[in-house]
Amino acid sequence: MSTVNVRLNVNGVEHSLDLEPRLLLVHALRDQLGLTGTHVGCDTSNCGACTIHMNGEAVKSCTILAVQAEDAELVTIEGLGTEDNLHPMQEAFWNNHGLQCGYCTPGMIMASAALLTENPNPTEHEVRHALEGNLCRCTGYHNIVKSVLDAAGQSSSEVTA
Amino acid sequence: MIPAEFEYTVPETLEDAIRALVDGGEDAKLLAGGHSLLPLMKLRLAAPSLLVDLRKVPGLHGIDRQNGDWRIGALTPHRKLEFATELGLTSRVAATIADPQVRHRGTIGGSLAHGDSASDLPAAMVILEAEVTLQGQGGQRTVAAADLFQDYLTTAVAEDEVLTEIRVPALDGYGHSYHKFNRRSEDWAMVGVCVVVKDSGGTCEDVRIGLTNMASVPLRATAAEEALRGQALSAENIAKAAELAADQTNPPSDLNATTEYKQHLARVLTRRAITDALG
Amino acid sequence: MSVTEAPLGANVGSPLRRKEDPPLITGRGRYVDDIKLPGMLWASFVRSPEANAKITAVDTSAAVAREGITAVYVGEDMSDLGGPLPMAWAPPGVQVNNPDHWPLARGAVKHVGDPVAVVIGEDRYAVQDATEDVIVEYESLPAIVDPEAAIAGGPFVHESLGTNKVHEWTLAGGDVEQGFAEADVIVERRVVNHRIAGAPIECRGVIADYRAGSLTLYSATQVPHFVRLFMALLLGLGEDHVRVIAPDVGGGFGQKLQVYGEELLACWASRKLGLPVKWIETRSENMSVAHQGRDQISQVKMGAKRDGTITAFHVKILADFGAYNMILTPLIPSLGAFVMGGCYKIPNVQTDITGVFTNKCPTDAIRGAGRPEATQMIEVTVDQMAHELGMDPLEIRRKNFIPTEDFPAATATGVVYDSGNYHGTLDKLMEHVDVAEFRAEQEQLRTEGVYRGIGFCTWTEICGLAPSRVTGPAGVGVQAGLWESAMVRVHNTGAVTVYTGTSPHGQGLDTAMAQIVADRLGVDPRVVEVIHGDTSMGPEGRNTYGSRSLATGGEAVVKATDKVVAKAKAIVAAELEAAAEDIEVADGRFSVKGSPDKGMALADVAGVAYVGAVPEGMEPGLEETTFYDPENFVFPFGAHACVVDVDAETGKIKVLRYVAVDDCGPAINPMLIDGQIHGGVVHGIGQALYERVHYDDDGQLITGTFVDYALATAAELPSFETDRTETRSPVNSMGVKGVGEAGTIAASAVVTNAVIDALRPLGVEYINMPLSPMRVWNAIHNSEGASPEGGLSS
Repeated sequence: MSTVNVRLNVNGVEHSLDLEPRLLLVHALRDQLGLTGTHVGCDTSNCGACTIHMNGEAVKSCTILAVQAEDAELVTIEGLGTEDNLHPMQEAFWNNHGLQCGYCTPGMIMASAALLTENPNPTEHEVRHALEGNLCRCTGYHNIVKSVLDAAGQSSSEVTA
Repeated sequence: MIPAEFEYTVPETLEDAIRALVDGGEDAKLLAGGHSLLPLMKLRLAAPSLLVDLRKVPGLHGIDRQNGDWRIGALTPHRKLEFATELGLTSRVAATIADPQVRHRGTIGGSLAHGDSASDLPAAMVILEAEVTLQGQGGQRTVAAADLFQDYLTTAVAEDEVLTEIRVPALDGYGHSYHKFNRRSEDWAMVGVCVVVKDSGGTCEDVRIGLTNMASVPLRATAAEEALRGQALSAENIAKAAELAADQTNPPSDLNATTEYKQHLARVLTRRAITDALG
Repeated sequence: MSVTEAPLGANVGSPLRRKEDPPLITGRGRYVDDIKLPGMLWASFVRSPEANAKITAVDTSAAVAREGITAVYVGEDMSDLGGPLPMAWAPPGVQVNNPDHWPLARGAVKHVGDPVAVVIGEDRYAVQDATEDVIVEYESLPAIVDPEAAIAGGPFVHESLGTNKVHEWTLAGGDVEQGFAEADVIVERRVVNHRIAGAPIECRGVIADYRAGSLTLYSATQVPHFVRLFMALLLGLGEDHVRVIAPDVGGGFGQKLQVYGEELLACWASRKLGLPVKWIETRSENMSVAHQGRDQISQVKMGAKRDGTITAFHVKILADFGAYNMILTPLIPSLGAFVMGGCYKIPNVQTDITGVFTNKCPTDAIRGAGRPEATQMIEVTVDQMAHELGMDPLEIRRKNFIPTEDFPAATATGVVYDSGNYHGTLDKLMEHVDVAEFRAEQEQLRTEGVYRGIGFCTWTEICGLAPSRVTGPAGVGVQAGLWESAMVRVHNTGAVTVYTGTSPHGQGLDTAMAQIVADRLGVDPRVVEVIHGDTSMGPEGRNTYGSRSLATGGEAVVKATDKVVAKAKAIVAAELEAAAEDIEVADGRFSVKGSPDKGMALADVAGVAYVGAVPEGMEPGLEETTFYDPENFVFPFGAHACVVDVDAETGKIKVLRYVAVDDCGPAINPMLIDGQIHGGVVHGIGQALYERVHYDDDGQLITGTFVDYALATAAELPSFETDRTETRSPVNSMGVKGVGEAGTIAASAVVTNAVIDALRPLGVEYINMPLSPMRVWNAIHNSEGASPEGGLSS
């Protein structure tokens, strides 16, 4: 098993890793760097649970080799916000019950956050199509879509605190 | 699911990439965005011995207008095409590929070189009469899109060649449309029909119709095109022409659609796509 | 919209945002694959590519020789197991054919994906590589895939049985033949309820860690306590030496209500190797070997008088169980039989069930488990009957509803529905849906070539699985009591920990239970921690499935909390020299009625309890345990409507609108109820329109990945409209019922009815799911020659 040295910039931190070329980026993040918030839900690039940001764009880290991510700026769910300093999209998912089991949630939040970067005022139709690469079995998407629209300031917030 | 082991190299020039490809032999593969190849490798339906990663090779990106043509670098991701609406049909087709994450990584060159007739761009390239530039050990050549796709997952790209750019005639003055029929928005096309049409005062000056997933290669519905070209663009004429869209096709049945159903869809979608392109 | 805070004492009923969420939205959840143990090995399975074959040889030598590979095992290596994998249904007086089912095949494979060998080694990737070096020789045998062919004869999945029949079971009330004799009109349909997958986004996964005589198993399971019991029994360990932990679990939908061979194998191998063993299922594996659901073909017959009065309903179900019985496989269709009359007063109802083996993945409970199938049969047939009679589909429903004043209402089969107000939910639905306006619009659109349809479903179901006297060995025959436990502990500081025997995995029970406890103890729900999913924490439990967690587990929490409150009141009464009955909980304090200044905070009460300054004869401490076994099931109900457009040229269906009015009793947290409905509805819409597990005639799985097994995405769906009525259940003190499966139980029938409504002008009177574009197009295309069964091949 030959390895190559790869520098990965994840959540603003530079890592130098000796990796098999075939190592998938999602496994490098999870198994090598301990960033287990990025999940795996399929083997065919359908479910989107592994969605992270690569140079600001939403990508599926299960369909990228870790070596391909060299020189890129990667952000995972852990780098988006913390419990003490939530990203507005995380807050919106919490306020709108945009998650149940939580497994698809990091990918959903990352895809949704990237959407608002590209299109800050999406319609419901645009939100739904922007999330066509993320599967959720719990929520029926209703509250996910509501969360994204809320984060975009498109529905009135009734959160009392 | 994870890929089988392979060797990996990331050359910094096109020459080095071609050399690596040649040295790697028949089991060497180019890696662009990886969104056609890696899924196959993860399911172990493909197991190349060497991957030559093109990401550091300069000059393979970007979209430029050069006179009547668009020049698109092979590593241009679908998402960039989607946002470049001035590309017309190419942009519209790219916007239907899979999902945003896949479109961020998947590239036009990778998709065309992969040669899957169920993917969306090949038929569009055929009717736009695009050409691809192939750079190999022996130099550079140009191949028309119509000659690029030879069979299922088989293209004219030789083992030592890199698809470097795509030249797409701009077809100013044409209307365009792509009707992709699938069960879910993120799915592959069950059948897709792309159309460019030039309306000259109510008469069809030119029409070109491409069919996705109707054969092992993208098809052009020539009988339908011929029936409409030169005719008045009436609903009736469009409908008549569309009835010919599936002529000479024999698409294989699969889980979601039989041969007969695919042919039916091709006819319906052709009528809708022409109408839409004129709209 | 959720809220973060409700006034003290008023948490129940508020849409509090969830306690569960902060770690999950920040990537700090802890699912099985997130856990690493020192020295941990990885397992990967060699699985059968054959649907039916004898294993003639297995050569593991090349795999064992690979670097980093610790061991390769085949079925014969596991001869020390205490028995085969469990099937826990033994109904009195019913013969159930139940062939041995082992974690690794012994001499034969019975479906694609059946495990033949396991490779264990040091690295996730290396073990998968090594599976390709295990050489298995098979002698192929003909596979039987079609359940109707399988029940008619061979080849037999299990040769030694000499039949593919698993069992026969009937539940009857009244006399259906008499009922049909009294009917003016009889409608018969062949209702196909195709096979679907559970498809939680987290696949299954385990880590087994056996050391020093004790086993710890982390598993992505809904049922840690059941898993512990069977790991103990099959490995010959005391239950006290087996700890099963369900950490964060990424959805279950019934698929994780199981005791799986992979769980047992990991435990067995960890014991053998002395190191932790981890297995994480791939999606491709999950689609081929994790149990699936539905797959019933039913002959359905309904009789009614000219005025719409339904006189009899008789269904004959052929249920395809796949290759083996899993833990509850043959019971699943029976769950539908209990509510086969739906919400109608039908004097004569009979359900005849035949189970059959085929060379496919086993079936078992998937969200709704038997009840979506029953609802499909009832609600689609009621619509068909209305059309036969020329009646409005809502009128026939109203005519036959069990009257509200009848509750608790015994049905023909003797099942007693706890409470209901079916007119109430339908009335509420009509506040959202203007049928007259819709019909006018529909008529207009048809002239424009747009085929729009509306469908309705008024349904009830049976859930809150318990009571033990009915479900248990002497009743229906489940070899377990299905009560639930809770323990409530008030700490020295006044913080509260609740241990529930349920094992939620996304439903929001942490929040709902905290709301319940907080109100009763007068504290903020944020100081109430809810612990579940760990068999070494809290009392024995019966876990989460069958929409039971609130009606059984929640009520157990109420009872345990009430015991704590009673003790606290006694302590306060002694401290304040008042009578215990004069102590009330208000504004976060235990105070004397009429003297609000005289009182103690819960922390102060706990302080007294833990320093032991309690009244004479009272034990110190402030924690209580309850085991709660209800008197009856609970029966949620609702009225749903759906509007669809059918593209008549292509057969493609689009759901335009979905309105769900549900009644699951008083809401503890209405936001959570809506969330359950949304997800459940999409599971049902998904089955109706997109999802189907498909095997070819040779038993090869065609839908082996998420490419071909089509879960709906956000792009295919509309937002939903939900509303509620609240009819209390008399079964528990909160009056609550379950809601986890409700949406799924209703939705596929609603969508089917809407599609048929849209298609009628095109000559289609009936069509079975899946309503894929090609099937719908075929139905339209062939409508002149279509049979009423609509049994088109796909």
